[in-house]
Amino acid sequence: MPTFVYMTRCDGCGHCVDICPSDIMHIDTTTRRAYNIEPNMCWECYSCVKACPHQAIDVRGYADFAPLGHSVRVKRDEEKGVIAWRIKFRNGKKDMDLLAPITTKPWGSATPKLRDVDPPTQEQRDSQLLYNEPKYIRFDDGDIHTLESNGLEMKQGVYY
Amino acid sequence: MKYKTVIEDDIDVLVCGAGLGGTGAAFEARYWGQDKKIVVAEKANIDRSGAVAQGLYAINCYMGTRFDENNPEDHVRYARIDLMGMVREDLLFDMARHVDSTVHLFEEWGLPLMKNPKTGSYLREGRWQIMIHGESYKPIVADAAKKSADQVFNRICVTHLLMDEAKENRVAGAVGFNVRTGNYHVFKSKTVIVAAGGASNIFKPRSVGEGAGRVWYAPWSSGSAYGLLIGAGAKMTQMENRIVLARFKDGYGPVGAYFLHLKTYTQNGLGEEYESKWWPSLQEIVGKEYLDPEASHLTHRPIPTCLRNHAFIQEVNAGRGPIHMVTMEAFQDPHLEEIGWHNFLGMTVGQAVLWASTDVDPKYENPELTTSEPYVMGSHATGCGAWCSGPEDLSPPEYYWGYNRMTTVEGLFGAGDAVGGTPHAFSSGSFTEGRLAAKAACKYIDDGKAEGIKVSDAQIQRRKEEIYKPMETYRIYRNEITAGSVNPNYINPRQALDRLQKLMDEYAGGVTVSYMTNEKLLNIGLKKLKLLEEDLEKVAAEDIHELLRAWEIKHRHLASEAVVQHTLFREETRWPGYYYRGDFMKVDDENWHVLTVSRRDPETGEYTMEKAPCYHLADVEKDKADAA
Repeated sequence: MPTFVYMTRCDGCGHCVDICPSDIMHIDTTTRRAYNIEPNMCWECYSCVKACPHQAIDVRGYADFAPLGHSVRVKRDEEKGVIAWRIKFRNGKKDMDLLAPITTKPWGSATPKLRDVDPPTQEQRDSQLLYNEPKYIRFDDGDIHTLESNGLEMKQGVYY
Repeated sequence: MKYKTVIEDDIDVLVCGAGLGGTGAAFEARYWGQDKKIVVAEKANIDRSGAVAQGLYAINCYMGTRFDENNPEDHVRYARIDLMGMVREDLLFDMARHVDSTVHLFEEWGLPLMKNPKTGSYLREGRWQIMIHGESYKPIVADAAKKSADQVFNRICVTHLLMDEAKENRVAGAVGFNVRTGNYHVFKSKTVIVAAGGASNIFKPRSVGEGAGRVWYAPWSSGSAYGLLIGAGAKMTQMENRIVLARFKDGYGPVGAYFLHLKTYTQNGLGEEYESKWWPSLQEIVGKEYLDPEASHLTHRPIPTCLRNHAFIQEVNAGRGPIHMVTMEAFQDPHLEEIGWHNFLGMTVGQAVLWASTDVDPKYENPELTTSEPYVMGSHATGCGAWCSGPEDLSPPEYYWGYNRMTTVEGLFGAGDAVGGTPHAFSSGSFTEGRLAAKAACKYIDDGKAEGIKVSDAQIQRRKEEIYKPMETYRIYRNEITAGSVNPNYINPRQALDRLQKLMDEYAGGVTVSYMTNEKLLNIGLKKLKLLEEDLEKVAAEDIHELLRAWEIKHRHLASEAVVQHTLFREETRWPGYYYRGDFMKVDDENWHVLTVSRRDPETGEYTMEKAPCYHLADVEKDKADAA
């Protein structure tokens, strides 16, 4: 049922509940473990699978078109900055391990605190520039592109 | 009532919805408003919310001006032809001239962008697309937004905008409820940036049962961008411009990298190329100007997405399906094979799950494609959204009223799916639009435009009663029946969603009617939508989770009504392959080379429709030469 939770691995910690974008991972009040309350609103986005500290959550493809007997498992590691996938086919003929980076910087270290940077000048406020510009927005390191600088005008009529 | 009222006062910039647009807005607002109070209200958890929650394997909007690859106007012309002329070129140019700075920020923040070892520039997938390892795209940009915002309220479903009672048509904040605690949240704010999502699940999906979750756009994209803005009386544009996607069948896995990078191609069930044989008959519908395969071959001018869909749909209806993606050649290269799989794992894991479950190995078998049910959104190859002001230095008078990305409601801004006429923004462009809206919102406040806002307790109380009414309805009528979900006094949110999907499908050009509609069908659709609106007053919610679904269906309903009104208004078939007006089966540039603009009166629910001029970027020199 898109995501499901293994009874023996879940300890009801609620990480999946906290992260699910669709609000469908809930804690069952009887078993005190997590489960997917609304499988037809599950995108198989794997946010809960990645967030689970016990690998208790897995995905079984949508019943209306995915036959049983497959597996797509994942382990995401912010410390190491990588994500590892394993895909197993139903017929057992394909079994792939795939690894990809998730960041190039120590996790959470590289985003700026804009409260602490020098405030913009009045000239910047009156201009069309955004934070950190005109860096990166021109080949010749000039100012922002305008209609005039690019030899353009806005005209009514049919253009293709 | 057992739920508490939590009031957050004196906010300067309130961001509703923290996907790519909202995180961009929250991030940038801090730079232009260093002492301002910036608050984010997000329906889920900002670390994994919005359309990019599961990641992306490409950034589809990057000019590469720094590497002398493209200029902003090149992208505008690309979007123009892809959308059959119907775009806001001031907003597009503005997005395109800033988007590179956004992408380079992402790289500085640690997003792994692939590099072209020969040129040192980013690795191109296509002319506009660059390839990334973007599994953590969303948590990375969320981190930037969290560092900028004073507070991020996760799990707040924003249901309505608050309106100023001192000055007409001015925004004053927003209200909603916490989907965990159930508490009522009131955000009083000088400006609001609506960066909520477009709409999946308003047309009946091809899949049934569980598979209804495997929609192309996220199932949590509940059209709240439109529900909130329409509900506040903001003007909308191009809402008829729904999108249909040609994707891998059932899993809706992306095809961009397959076409552009892996150089796979499509063929019909007989193994033949099929697109070109449909071009002559299609040229009779759209004219040679919009479909010029020769020119497309010689230049980078694309064949519009909708027209390629048209060939696909016609070929299948002619009995020569299924359409296959020919992967067996490219996948013999182990490197390309790996990219093909990574592409899904990075953004549509469900497609990998599907192929694993059906033993489809694209190395030995060409997978099937399909055309999806329609979606209503504004940042992919479609431009639904609010009618917004452009920037001062680009916009003609009809497109400019003081503040960039401000809707027709004062102090109310949009970004991402919320802004109309700006297709092909994708993730990076939506983030950029959020940045632009945030700068403009700060300026609006600094200019003194947000003084003297008044919100009465009566307005706050009225909204509170409205929000919890579905739970009250449930409480009152539940025990009239023994058990189950069949009740003569109410419907539940799922039942309402099923009805919406069925009527939109059958009357507004969904998949079961091969995207066909006409005036008569649309008018019946409107009548049924009105009845659904009455029944939505009686929607019942058993718990807070169902209350969330109840408000999502209400937003989807408002979005749907706008779609039908706009589709009825535009008497032509502008985008064959997205939808067809059977009673006007041609592109009609004489009467309809215009943008459609609507307003729903929040008091009466009545719609007013108008045409707005469609301006295009033209070369100054070339035109003068032509005149001479």
